[in-house]
Amino acid sequence: MDILRFATAGSVDDGKSTLIGRLLYDSKSTFTDQLAAVERASRDRGDEYTNLALLTDGLRAEREQGITIDVAYGYFATPKRKFIIADTPGHAQYTRNMVTGASTADLAIILVDATKGLVEQSRRHAFLVSLLGVPHLMVCVNKMDLVGYDEAVFERIRHEFTAFTTKLSTRDVTFVPISALRGDNVVNRSYDMGWYGGSPLLHHLENVHIASDRNLVDARFPVQYVIRPQSHAYRDYRGYAGQVAGGVLRPGDEVMHLPSGLTTRIAAIDGPDGPVDEAAPPMSVVLRLTDELDVSRGDMICRAHNAPMATQDLDAMVVWMADRPLQTRSTLILKHTTKSARAMVRDLQYRLDVNTLHRDESADQLRCNEIGRLRLRVTQSIFCDPYSRNRLTGAFILIDEATNLTVGAGVIN
Amino acid sequence: MSIEVLEAEAIHIMREVAAEFQRPVLLFSGGKDSIVLLRLAQKAFRPAPIPFPLMHVDTGHNFPEVLQYRDKRVAELGLRLIVASVQDSIDTGRVAEETGPRASRNRLQTTTLLDAIDKNGFDAAFGGARRDEEKARAKERIFSFRDEFGQWDPKIQRPELWNLFNARIRNGEHIRVFPLSNWTELDVWRYIDRDEIEVPSIYFAHRRRVFARDGMLLAENPYQPTGAGAEVYEATVRYRTVGDMTCTGAVLSGARTVTDIVKEVASTRITERGATRADDRVSDAAMEDRKREGYF
Repeated sequence: MDILRFATAGSVDDGKSTLIGRLLYDSKSTFTDQLAAVERASRDRGDEYTNLALLTDGLRAEREQGITIDVAYGYFATPKRKFIIADTPGHAQYTRNMVTGASTADLAIILVDATKGLVEQSRRHAFLVSLLGVPHLMVCVNKMDLVGYDEAVFERIRHEFTAFTTKLSTRDVTFVPISALRGDNVVNRSYDMGWYGGSPLLHHLENVHIASDRNLVDARFPVQYVIRPQSHAYRDYRGYAGQVAGGVLRPGDEVMHLPSGLTTRIAAIDGPDGPVDEAAPPMSVVLRLTDELDVSRGDMICRAHNAPMATQDLDAMVVWMADRPLQTRSTLILKHTTKSARAMVRDLQYRLDVNTLHRDESADQLRCNEIGRLRLRVTQSIFCDPYSRNRLTGAFILIDEATNLTVGAGVIN
Repeated sequence: MSIEVLEAEAIHIMREVAAEFQRPVLLFSGGKDSIVLLRLAQKAFRPAPIPFPLMHVDTGHNFPEVLQYRDKRVAELGLRLIVASVQDSIDTGRVAEETGPRASRNRLQTTTLLDAIDKNGFDAAFGGARRDEEKARAKERIFSFRDEFGQWDPKIQRPELWNLFNARIRNGEHIRVFPLSNWTELDVWRYIDRDEIEVPSIYFAHRRRVFARDGMLLAENPYQPTGAGAEVYEATVRYRTVGDMTCTGAVLSGARTVTDIVKEVASTRITERGATRADDRVSDAAMEDRKREGYF
């Protein structure tokens, strides 16, 4: 049984929380006491039906305002898979939450309200899914019951959406007509949409092929922590702990250490329960090397003939997430893999309008939730890959030195 | 395979904390989640010892079986355990004991915890909380920032992307770290089963004198009157969570082995906390309110 991580995005009142509630309810993943609490709360609010959205709207303010404020994580399992849901709010000002949820997702679900059609947010969400490199996208056209289960409505939205997504890098896009409220095509097939030949949403989630989404070609091992026991028994033990970010590593492999550029071999790989024959993403392991090199946190182990870029100059798309605008010449902390270093914003090349994909080259700052292409100069060399090649070695976050807040998320071009 | 992915993620988080913080601590109650946390910490750093101490916030109302287990485990592994006592907080006037039949020390332990974090200068505290437990916890980060008052503010949480964690804090602030965020109750038991980890005896079916209150079965205990008219009787029960005797309910169960428990948890229709925790029943937002004050 493997894990599928998926993010859900939609605008206000698209019925996203209802969809998740429906998914949990129809897959028999809700608990009787949760349902009882939701039924009680629905009654207290005067809702006509049991409001499944209340299953995920957890915080006081969310219940009061009927909105979702923060990314909520949900868990359920079927005999085929364990699912981790990152439910991200749809408000325009909360793009950062969508980016957060999408950063680790294998798949994204975007909801479109059939009665409204595509809205500005739908395009924004599709763009973010593409920017964050989420390999699979499912567009759920919701509230089909309110448009008489009309195939023409679904086809029009599909057509319009496809016109936009062809400009993006997401290759695997699937459309499903649903009614989250009534349960059509969520877990069970709809009786009212015989014209739809595809599978219900859950069937897709259970069967989408994700094993090949990981990069198993380019060996990347960011050194996280050095293990050197101060004990007599392990006097000579020196292990480099980390999570494999790419490729497959085996004992005996020749590897290169960065920044030194020196080569050595892997003597042994220790997994959580002892020595292992190979290590691949996302395993957390400890490498032992045959030669004594000066290796520390922030270094990279790779192969001599397949090394990441080593550069102080980054060209990246950045999502800005702070109230204070990003300006050129700002200095920030950049955290990339296991390395943190100061970075200066050299140049804002353009700000991207996520609705039209128009590039505004006259922009001189990025406001909260805006996206721009930046050139950054880092105080030390960063060992990175294009994000399109590796989602771990191609990503970084930006931290404000004064407030310690995470203010930006970047993907390297 | 899913359990290996969760294990790898948790180990990554633990190593990140060890690398980025000066004085981490692992909150260890002897409950199943912190037991798994401890096992993961062993794996994350071996063959070196775990590079941080353990701390238990002892309410004085714990199950004796759990305290025995705690001390035995700590001795076996040769670890350092700090016990922060709610009784001490009461004795020194930091907090006042609640009164009445539903009095509990649950809320008081927040002060004890924050005082101990401050006194020891801890800048990161590992907890075994999981997002599947409760709806406020479902919204919490893996690195959960706490200000100098130990408060959690759900509206200003730091965005958490990829596997990149922001560990930067100022003096007096700290981070609560939840490596089991993405685990469910079933994952925890499957892990205990797979690794054959010993757990306190109260997790298994046993005979116990209990009384019913607020729809839960509470153990007869020296800290709490059963109340007029409450019938105390013997039943075969086990515990799904380990908290105070005064507010942790038992469930009727015949599960005698970890394998039995895995089967039971896989088929149960009631959530872990819903079945067993009086502390969450105060209101719909009871956990959220306590977390804002600095609770686990």
